[in-house]
Amino acid sequence: MRLLSSYVLAGLSGGVWGFLSMIVIGVTLTLITGELAIPQVGAAVLASALGALFTHLWESKTASTGQKYAPAAIILLALLAATLGAPFALPLSVEPLWQLIALVSFVAITYWANRQTLAGTPKGNLTRYEKEVVFLRVAKGFGFVIFTVMVALPFYVMVMTSLKSQQQLLGNPLDLSIDLSGGISGMFRSYVELFTQFNFGTYLTVSAIVSVATVILTLLFSVPGAYAVSRLNFPGRSWMSRSVLLIYMVPAIVLVIPLYAVFSQLGLRNSLTGLLIVYPATTIPVALYMLQGYFKGLPAELEEAGLMDGLSRLGVILKITLPLSLPALASVSLYVFMIAWNEFLFAFMFLDDPDIFTLSRGVVSLNSSEVPRQHLMAGAVIATVPVLGIFLWFERFLVQGLTAGSVKG
Amino acid sequence: MSAIADQAGKSVSTAGESVSQPPKGAGPMQKREARLAYTMLAPTFLIILAIVLGPLVANFWISFKPVELGDLRAPKVLINERVKGKPKQAGDPATLEYRVRNSSQKNSIADAGFTDILPPGFTALKLPNACSLNGINIQCDLGTLEGKAREKLVISGTVSNEYLALRKPEKASKPVSYGDADSVLTNGTFTLDNFRRVFDSDEFWSVLRVTFYYTIFGTVGALVLGLFAAQLLNTSFKGRGILRGLFLFPYVSPVIAVAFTWVVLLDPFSGTLNALLTKMGVLAEPVNFFGQRAVDLHLFGTSFEFPLALSTVIAFEAWRYFPLSFLFILARMQSVSTDIYEAAEMDGATPMQQFWYISLPQLMGILSVLFLLRFIWTFNKFDDIFLLTGGNAGTRTLTVDVYEQGFALSNLGAGAAVAVVVFVVLVTFATLFIRFSTKEEGL
Repeated sequence: MRLLSSYVLAGLSGGVWGFLSMIVIGVTLTLITGELAIPQVGAAVLASALGALFTHLWESKTASTGQKYAPAAIILLALLAATLGAPFALPLSVEPLWQLIALVSFVAITYWANRQTLAGTPKGNLTRYEKEVVFLRVAKGFGFVIFTVMVALPFYVMVMTSLKSQQQLLGNPLDLSIDLSGGISGMFRSYVELFTQFNFGTYLTVSAIVSVATVILTLLFSVPGAYAVSRLNFPGRSWMSRSVLLIYMVPAIVLVIPLYAVFSQLGLRNSLTGLLIVYPATTIPVALYMLQGYFKGLPAELEEAGLMDGLSRLGVILKITLPLSLPALASVSLYVFMIAWNEFLFAFMFLDDPDIFTLSRGVVSLNSSEVPRQHLMAGAVIATVPVLGIFLWFERFLVQGLTAGSVKG
Repeated sequence: MSAIADQAGKSVSTAGESVSQPPKGAGPMQKREARLAYTMLAPTFLIILAIVLGPLVANFWISFKPVELGDLRAPKVLINERVKGKPKQAGDPATLEYRVRNSSQKNSIADAGFTDILPPGFTALKLPNACSLNGINIQCDLGTLEGKAREKLVISGTVSNEYLALRKPEKASKPVSYGDADSVLTNGTFTLDNFRRVFDSDEFWSVLRVTFYYTIFGTVGALVLGLFAAQLLNTSFKGRGILRGLFLFPYVSPVIAVAFTWVVLLDPFSGTLNALLTKMGVLAEPVNFFGQRAVDLHLFGTSFEFPLALSTVIAFEAWRYFPLSFLFILARMQSVSTDIYEAAEMDGATPMQQFWYISLPQLMGILSVLFLLRFIWTFNKFDDIFLLTGGNAGTRTLTVDVYEQGFALSNLGAGAAVAVVVFVVLVTFATLFIRFSTKEEGL
């Protein structure tokens, strides 16, 4: 028997699953209940490895129901035995329901993961191909868990912190549960205070106005430009379509000092007009680039037919080109909206007057030692929810536009 | 293209002798088309000229100017007008007093002065030499007002009943000031002090080094994470759409929201992560991820300084921007035909071999383009570090230094000088990028 026989591999993969599931479930249990549940990693590795071994041993087409499900029982018993009945180092009287759910999830997840990992693996010595299949299944599962936790955890913390009170946060930073004792109004107190005392209603309106206006202005400028670059022949055309993306590489920080100086002199600095000049200027190049890519893909014959039938150029653009490029327009609009909504640097530099703060600028003003952090997180949630909502709603457009329209790999 | 046109030209000319050669140069149609194109591009061109290219040039200009934040307000003649003497009845004497001062501490104002209208019912009897009276219009010429200069002009006279009937009659008209102030921004004073200051400071080279660490590792991190994420989601399964949406969250959310969330999450005193790690016994004491410059690590008998805050900031950068590379890599992977994998499978290639010898070479194009784009964008990035650490604890990059010099230290000229360094380094990259991309990809 070689060193990495199927049995060793089964044990190893089972151990990995036990380790991962225990840590994730233990931490989740801690964050949900606020009770410190220390993951019993060693016991979990042992239990899951045993489970995996038996899963592998008993896997066959003729396996009885008992052989099929016995590994789950083995995992459960081994875990309980190795931890002396306290799989999360908590007495059973503390949060018994959550502990039970956590225990069942651990058994179910490791059992299921072991079966998935080892399905179809022959017993005994393995070829390189078969080993790699097992290895990749483990790596993939590991990757899914890591990525999901990595992305979701900060957002979970953001939302949950915003629902807490100062005392709760200082008392137990681990407690990120939903606390219904204060009622709905108690939970959303930070939000109510932001809207009533911190002017967030205005910020929200200003952000919406600025973002929508930026989208409209950007389209007004970039649609004719993109049409010219993609359809009309003129000297300098190819140079134009190339160099437009270079503009997008100019760092905003290099523009900030001169713009600050000039806008101060012109009285545009502390005004939304100033922002509405700067934002479109930074988004037009990328919008033009994305749109011209799309326009080039439209059949020119349709437009020529329109011209033959007596439409003017403007008529062709309005009646033929634009209706055909609605998906591209939608994705460009979304992208520009996102940029304008999330923009921080110019809003931070230009705006001093709290009456015309955008959300980004408003949330930054919450970042002081006098404002409690649940307010800061509530501000973050208010800034995030609209843009995430719009993004999820139109995700398909955005993804298509970003990848197909801009860079052709 | 041209071969076809030639052929067409020949066939036409052989068919009938009356048809002349196609015209050379731009015909009226072409000229009209070009004119239309320029008209359509003009607005875009103008706004980019005004907001991007203009400031770019202006930044070079400012970098040679001894200009501070306070100099942006042009020196102005400030005037305070008041009446003294408390007149009780008609005919009582009163004095009208103008206090004049230069708003600037160091710049003088040439040909300074002001005009005003006498308060109703006030009759001027004695004027200072600088002032002249024309009906009820008064004008005072003060000549050159030096920086910090203050002057007092007193006009004595008497009041009538009309004056007494009014409350604060001197407020009826505001004095209008004039004068020529020379702005530092537009005058002919130039200096190399800004650059000297930037290059002489001990910090500059460490800032440059930090910038490169941040840019290179941030870019590579985002690409590697994106590549892994794309591998995960390249197969179809239930819930794939949801996961893809979730993976894009960090990129779509506003930078202020995610940056502050990381700060709260990693806080040494009340942060969830530190509480978890210490209570579960992984760490002996909380770690100040964003505040500690370096920690000593002991590995295999050697100890070295690990730049903690910088690494955390780099991790944030990779976390926030992996979705972008993930999206592009996934799109490229899905356009690879499956035949080639089936053929490899038949030939007995293992999954790793398929990835290494089939997928990766096909992805090299998009990976190199993404690397260069992200490299430039990461280099340009300001918001993330500014919000996470404010450039402290060894995380100050060039872009944060621009802010630090220009606004925190109020020296716009020095800030602009750092911005020039940023731009020069960037142009070097962009040149390399264009060279490279035309060979590799033809973006």
